[in-house]
Amino acid sequence: MLRFLVQRLATIPLVAIGVITILFVIFKSVPGDEATLAAGATSTQAEIEAMRVRLGLDRPLLIQYAGHIWGLLHLDLGYSSTFRGNPLPAILERIPATLLLMSSAIAVTVAIGIPAGLVAGANQNRWPDYAISGGVVALLAIPNFWLGMVLIAVLSVQMRWLPSFGAAGAASLVIPTIALSARLIALVARTTRGMVVEEMRKDYVRTARAKGLRWKAVLSRHVLRNVLIPIVTVIGLQAGYLLGGSVVVERLFAWPGLGDLMLTGVSVRDYTLIQGATLFFVVGFLVINLAVDILYRFINPRLRHG
Amino acid sequence: MDDVLAIEGLTVELDLSRGRFAAVRDVSLTVGRGEIVALVGESGSGKSMTALAVMRLLPEPPALIAAGAIRFRDKDLASAPEDVLAGIRGDRIGMIFQEPMTSLNPSMRAGPQVAEVLALHKGLDGKAARKRVEELFARVRIPDPARRFDDYPHQMSGGMRQRVMIAMAIACDPDLVVADEPTTALDVTTQAQILDIFRAFRDEDGRSTLLITHDLAVVAETADRVAVMYGGRIVETAPVERLFEAAAHPYTRGLIASIPNPDEDIETRGRLTEIAGAVPALWAMPKGCAFSPRCPRATPRCADEQPSSETIAPGHVVACWNREDAR
Ligand SMILES: Nc1ncnc2c1ncn2[C@@H]1O[C@H](COP(=O)(O)OP(=O)(O)OP(=O)(O)O)[C@@H](O)[C@H]1O
Ligand SMILES: [Mg+2]
Repeated sequence: MLRFLVQRLATIPLVAIGVITILFVIFKSVPGDEATLAAGATSTQAEIEAMRVRLGLDRPLLIQYAGHIWGLLHLDLGYSSTFRGNPLPAILERIPATLLLMSSAIAVTVAIGIPAGLVAGANQNRWPDYAISGGVVALLAIPNFWLGMVLIAVLSVQMRWLPSFGAAGAASLVIPTIALSARLIALVARTTRGMVVEEMRKDYVRTARAKGLRWKAVLSRHVLRNVLIPIVTVIGLQAGYLLGGSVVVERLFAWPGLGDLMLTGVSVRDYTLIQGATLFFVVGFLVINLAVDILYRFINPRLRHG
Repeated sequence: MDDVLAIEGLTVELDLSRGRFAAVRDVSLTVGRGEIVALVGESGSGKSMTALAVMRLLPEPPALIAAGAIRFRDKDLASAPEDVLAGIRGDRIGMIFQEPMTSLNPSMRAGPQVAEVLALHKGLDGKAARKRVEELFARVRIPDPARRFDDYPHQMSGGMRQRVMIAMAIACDPDLVVADEPTTALDVTTQAQILDIFRAFRDEDGRSTLLITHDLAVVAETADRVAVMYGGRIVETAPVERLFEAAAHPYTRGLIASIPNPDEDIETRGRLTEIAGAVPALWAMPKGCAFSPRCPRATPRCADEQPSSETIAPGHVVACWNREDAR
C-alpha cells in the first residue's frame, strides 16, 4: 500500500512538468504579440517595449522556458494582464468555490444515484424500475446547460425559490449542482442497477437470506458492498468530465470558481492566467484519480491482499 | 418419535417459458429429533428444490409451492408470512448450500459473516460475538480460529469456506440443519471430516439434520433414515440398515449396486453397474413411474399408472408396481 502510494505520488510532478511544457509550447506558438497583450491595447510603442524587456520576452525561448520553470518553483505563474502580476492569489481564491461545487455534485450523485440504482435493481421489471430507468434515459438525453436554463426559468424566474447566479448562501448552490451532476447521477444509477441485478442472482445473496435477513438488510449490508467497487470506478472515471463540466456550469451561473476565472482569461487572451488555471485543473484531476485508486484498494479486499 | 420437520404432500412447480412443470411432486418426509435423514437421488431429481422449499428460498419466479404443507414447530412454512420466515431462517433452521466456493459474501470477512446471524437473532455483538464465532470455528475444526476470523473468503479453501457455512448454520443452535450436498464439491479427506462434524451434532447436541446427497457411501456412514428421490418423487423410504439390506425399489437397488467397491480394480469399478440412461427432463416425465423408461423390471402398467406407496416393513415405504421384495 505504501509503495503504491509513493509510486502514484511520484507520477504527479512528472505529469505536471509535461503539462507545463506542452502549455508553454502552445502559448508560445499562438498568434499575437505577448508584450502587446500584456501591456494592453492602448499602450504606446515604448510601453510595449518596456513590457517586453520586463517579461524577458526579448530573450531566447529556452531561457524563457527555464525562467518559467524557475518562477513556478517559486510559486510565480508569470505576468497576468488581468491582475497586473502573478495570478496565483486570484486562482487560489477561486479554488474553494470550485471544490465546493464539485463535492456538492459528487455528494448529490452518491446520495441520489446509488439508492436509485439499488431500488431499480432490486425491483427489476416492476414499476419502480421502469420509473427510475425512464428518468435515467431522460437525464442522459438532456444537455447540462439546457437543464440549467430550464431550472433557472422554473425555480428562479417563475417560482422565485432560488437565486439563479452568484454564490450567495446555500440556496445558490442548488441549481449549479443539479446542472453539473445530472448526467453523473444517471450514469451511476444505471451502473448500480445493472450491478444489483447481477448480484441478486448470486449465491451469497441466498446465504444472506438464509440467515434471516430481510431484503432491505440484504441489499444494504451485502449487495451494496459488492456493487460499490464498480460504482466508485464510474464516479472516478467521470470526475474528469465533472471538472470540465464545471467550467461551463460556473460560467453559466456566474459561480465564482476556477473555471469561471479561466474563461475570463480566455475572453481577454490572458495566457498566463489560462496557463495557471489549466495547471491547477490538471493537478486536481491527478489528485482525484489518486484518491479513487486509494478508495478502490480500500473497498476491494482482493487488491489489498494481492 | 416427535418430528421436528414434517413435509406433507409438497409439490413445487416451475413456471418456465415452455410450460409449467412439477420439479417436486407430492413429497412427504419427516425428520425426527436427533435424527439424520438423508435425501438421496441423482442429479436433477429435485433434492435442492425440496431443501429450498423448506427454507422458502426457492427462486421465485420461476419456482413456486403449488401444494402441500411444511410443518415446523407449530407453523406451516409453506404458507407462513415473510416476517415469520425471517425469524425462523438462520435461527431455528440453518442451511448449508451445495456451492461452498460462492456461498459466502466475497467482500466481507468470514468471522463477521457468522457474527451477523448472532447479532440478528441473539442480539450478540462486539467482543461477545467474536468469542462465540471463534468457538464455533473451533467446533467445525477450523484451525487457528482467531486468525481465520479476519480472513476473506478468497483466502480460504473450499473446505474451509464450507466449515464457515456450517458454523453459520449452527450458530444459533437451530432445531434443524438442512444441508444440501455439503461435501459434494470437496475432496475425500475434507468430506470425511465434515461428516464427522454432522455426526457430532447428532450425538452430542441431539440436533436434527436433513442431509441431501447423491452419494450412498455418505448415507451409509451418516444417516439414520433414508429417502430416495427420483423424478421429483420419493420412491422409497427406509431406516439405513434396512435400505442397504433389503431395498425394494429397482432404482434404489441400482444406486446401491453402483457404489464403487474399493476391492475391485479401477477399470471395471462402477462402469458395469451404473444405471443406464438419465433422469428424464421435467417436460418429458412419463405418466406413470418416472423410473419406468430405465427400469429393468418395468411392466406396461408402470408407464401408465403412478405406483402407490406401500409400507412393507416398519418405517419402510416403497412406491413400485413390481418391487424386489426381500426374501
Ligand atoms: N431455475 C430453474 N429453471 C429451470 N429448471 C430448473 C431450475 N432450477 C431447477 N430446475 C430443474 O428442476 C429439477 C430439479 O432440480 P434440483 O436442483 O432440485 O435437482 P437436484 O436433485 O438438487 O440435483 P443436483 O444433484 O444436480 O443438485 C431439475 O430437472 C432442474 O433442471
Ligand atoms: Mg442440488
